[in-house]
Amino acid sequence: MATTMATPLSGPIQALPPVQMRAGGGLASFLRKVWAVAAKDLRAELRGREVFSSMTVFSVLAVLIFGMAFDLRVPEAKMVAPGVLWVSILFAGVLGLNRSFGAEMDRGTLPALLLAPMDRSAIYFGKVIANFVFTFGTALVILVATFFVYDVDLLQPLIFAGVLLGTLGYVAVGTIFAALSASARARESLLPILLLPVMVPVFMAGVALTAVVLDGGGLADVTNWLGILIGFDLIFLIVAYLLFDMILEEV
Amino acid sequence: MSTSASARPNRWTPMDIAQLVLGVLAVGAAVATMWAALVYARPATNLAGDEQLAQRIFYVHMGTIMGALAGFIVSFASSIVYLITRKLDWDRLCQAAVEVGLIFGMGTVVTGMFWAKPTWNTYWTWDPRLTTATITVLVYVAYLLFRNGIDNRQTRARFGSIYAILAFSSVPLTFFSARWFRSIHPVVFGNENPDAQGGFDIGSTMGTTLGIAMIGFIIIFSALLVLRFRQLRNEDELNELREELA
Amino acid sequence: MTLSTAKQTLISVQGVSKRFGRKRVLTGVDLNVEQGSVTTLLGANGAGKSTLMRIISGLAKPDRGDVVLGGVSLRKAGHELRRYIGLVTHAPLLYDNLSATENLAFYARLYDMEDAAPRIDAVLQAVDLWSRRKDPVRTFSRGMVQRLAIGRAILHDPPVLLLDEPDTGLDPASAELLADLIRTLGAANRAVLLTTHNLERARTWADSVSLLADGTIAFCEPAASFSEQSLRRLVIRVDRDAQDYATEDDMAPDLVGEQVAG
Ligand SMILES: Nc1ncnc2c1ncn2[C@@H]1O[C@H](COP(=O)(O)OP(=O)(O)OP(=O)(O)O)[C@@H](O)[C@H]1O
Ligand SMILES: [Mg+2]
Repeated sequence: MATTMATPLSGPIQALPPVQMRAGGGLASFLRKVWAVAAKDLRAELRGREVFSSMTVFSVLAVLIFGMAFDLRVPEAKMVAPGVLWVSILFAGVLGLNRSFGAEMDRGTLPALLLAPMDRSAIYFGKVIANFVFTFGTALVILVATFFVYDVDLLQPLIFAGVLLGTLGYVAVGTIFAALSASARARESLLPILLLPVMVPVFMAGVALTAVVLDGGGLADVTNWLGILIGFDLIFLIVAYLLFDMILEEV
Repeated sequence: MSTSASARPNRWTPMDIAQLVLGVLAVGAAVATMWAALVYARPATNLAGDEQLAQRIFYVHMGTIMGALAGFIVSFASSIVYLITRKLDWDRLCQAAVEVGLIFGMGTVVTGMFWAKPTWNTYWTWDPRLTTATITVLVYVAYLLFRNGIDNRQTRARFGSIYAILAFSSVPLTFFSARWFRSIHPVVFGNENPDAQGGFDIGSTMGTTLGIAMIGFIIIFSALLVLRFRQLRNEDELNELREELA
Repeated sequence: MTLSTAKQTLISVQGVSKRFGRKRVLTGVDLNVEQGSVTTLLGANGAGKSTLMRIISGLAKPDRGDVVLGGVSLRKAGHELRRYIGLVTHAPLLYDNLSATENLAFYARLYDMEDAAPRIDAVLQAVDLWSRRKDPVRTFSRGMVQRLAIGRAILHDPPVLLLDEPDTGLDPASAELLADLIRTLGAANRAVLLTTHNLERARTWADSVSLLADGTIAFCEPAASFSEQSLRRLVIRVDRDAQDYATEDDMAPDLVGEQVAG
């Protein structure tokens, strides 16, 4: 096909240097495009600062407000810290996910991604990477804020691992739901309603894992929770990969 | 308007017959289930007072679980078929199954709560099955809200199916995490959970009654599913006619 | 593989129909654009020009019919075929927060272009945005955005160019720039399909002129023989078919222009 299309062309447009295509495609080309989409979102965020700043500010506010709410009746802040950590991650994450496809929708740029010669799952994985960076970055801020406000030792490797896996599962589902809700009416309020009930396994596994580690548990005590998180990540990354093409087949 | 209908007014389609038969069967099933649960089943041997009375709700509880389960499985399967065939009937079936399943799902939660009050002395606990049922109900309420937000009929069907598939995939994980999270629910079949409180033995009449209730509810579910499916089909037809006239 | 001297049909629209709900927008459109030729598509607002462009570019699917690009059917082709299409739409397809260079660099990566920097620089010069290349697109004026959108479409040097109202928002000098560019593209054996509401440009920029009306190509004639008169004749005929009220006499020329050019 490439040759039949290329031969009739008698050369480059005058005065413009010729286009050189990278030889070969396959996985390397796919991954380059995944990264191009992710890097585009990250760079746009770096320039515009529209998403990440509101996510972090919101999350710090959430940690403080939960602290105030529980201060009166809960004897030890340590008791609620795992819940506060994960609730804040989930709620702050919605802010970023909403913009992920919402921004493309508002500015009408989605067709440009659809026109590109690539499997459309590259858009999905690129967005997952960008959303992961935003959400995991926010989660780290929440970890530190909770560490100070609640005075609990959250900065432990197992908790980091849990947050990492939980955030990945969260954005895996969140990115595809963001694509689904982007063209719906009232998408901003719709996304959390779609997302939160499906995220219950991640939420419960995350809270339980954090609580067990805070109570002094080791790797052996949290393997089932890590298992839930890894299983969730794998299931939804694969199902989303299979379904994503159909979301964008006509927009 | 519907010239085809007025041309042969007394012709019965297979759908009409299925609807009639299922409707009659459903009435019979409802009567039989009530009779079996309230009259035929003998009292549990190890319970007394309110708990003895409340255990009879268990039959309806199990029945509604069957209805909800059937609804969500049908919605999952018909979503997959829709995405492959792109025939709107499969989307209608999916929506009908979710709506009917939701009624039974809410029934499951409510009967569970009424049973829990005398037995566990609280309406609400974070029992894994109750938790999973409630979260699942919320997932499918979200499905209906989501559909509402999409105007284009084809897009609504496509996106609804994709969401239904993803939503269904999370239910087993919710169940397992909720089970590990905390479990004080009695295990009726088998004896896996020694901590369970409020269990009761199933005698021979109980087994039969349970069977009647589960089959009965599946029949009621099917009857409602067919009715709702046809209603949705008519609704789409009506909308098309209205658009044509406008 | 062998270089053929015969002109190949690069864009071939074959019996394309499209409806939105009950509304039939396209009812069997046939249209061919050969390599090295420029075709204008005229049509009133809502005639379906943009819909046709979206279908040719693969953004929308036809209900019936097919589009064949360079001998390859869009229905059967994989995503590799999209490499050969350049599209300008009503929306500029640019990211506000990124600079002109960054936007083009992003698209260069999506199109597998190697060593894209010199090409990007040349495109920026060709659309006269060299001095503003480092500014974010959100600071651009309407016409500058449009020029960058054109640059984006030709960046990967596609043999098939679909330009949906590329002249909107352009000042006379920029429009002349665009005219030159389209002529060069035609000379370089690209197939160009463009829409415009300006009858003068429709005639002078293209080799042939087509009119989309009532969901089909109502006529298609060489640009040289195309005149407002031929268009007027046709519009009246189409109108008669549709509503049976207009006669040639009570149709003032400027009204005709409005019918077509909106
Ligand atoms: N996504 C859509 N859903 C419903 N109707 C649509 C959609 N897109 C286009 N249409 C309808 O299709 C018709 C053709 O629209 P299109 O944008 O192709 O017209 P056009 O010829 O490009 O007009 P213009 O000159 O204003 O750009 C219009 O009546 C429009 O309302
Ligand atoms: Mg248009």
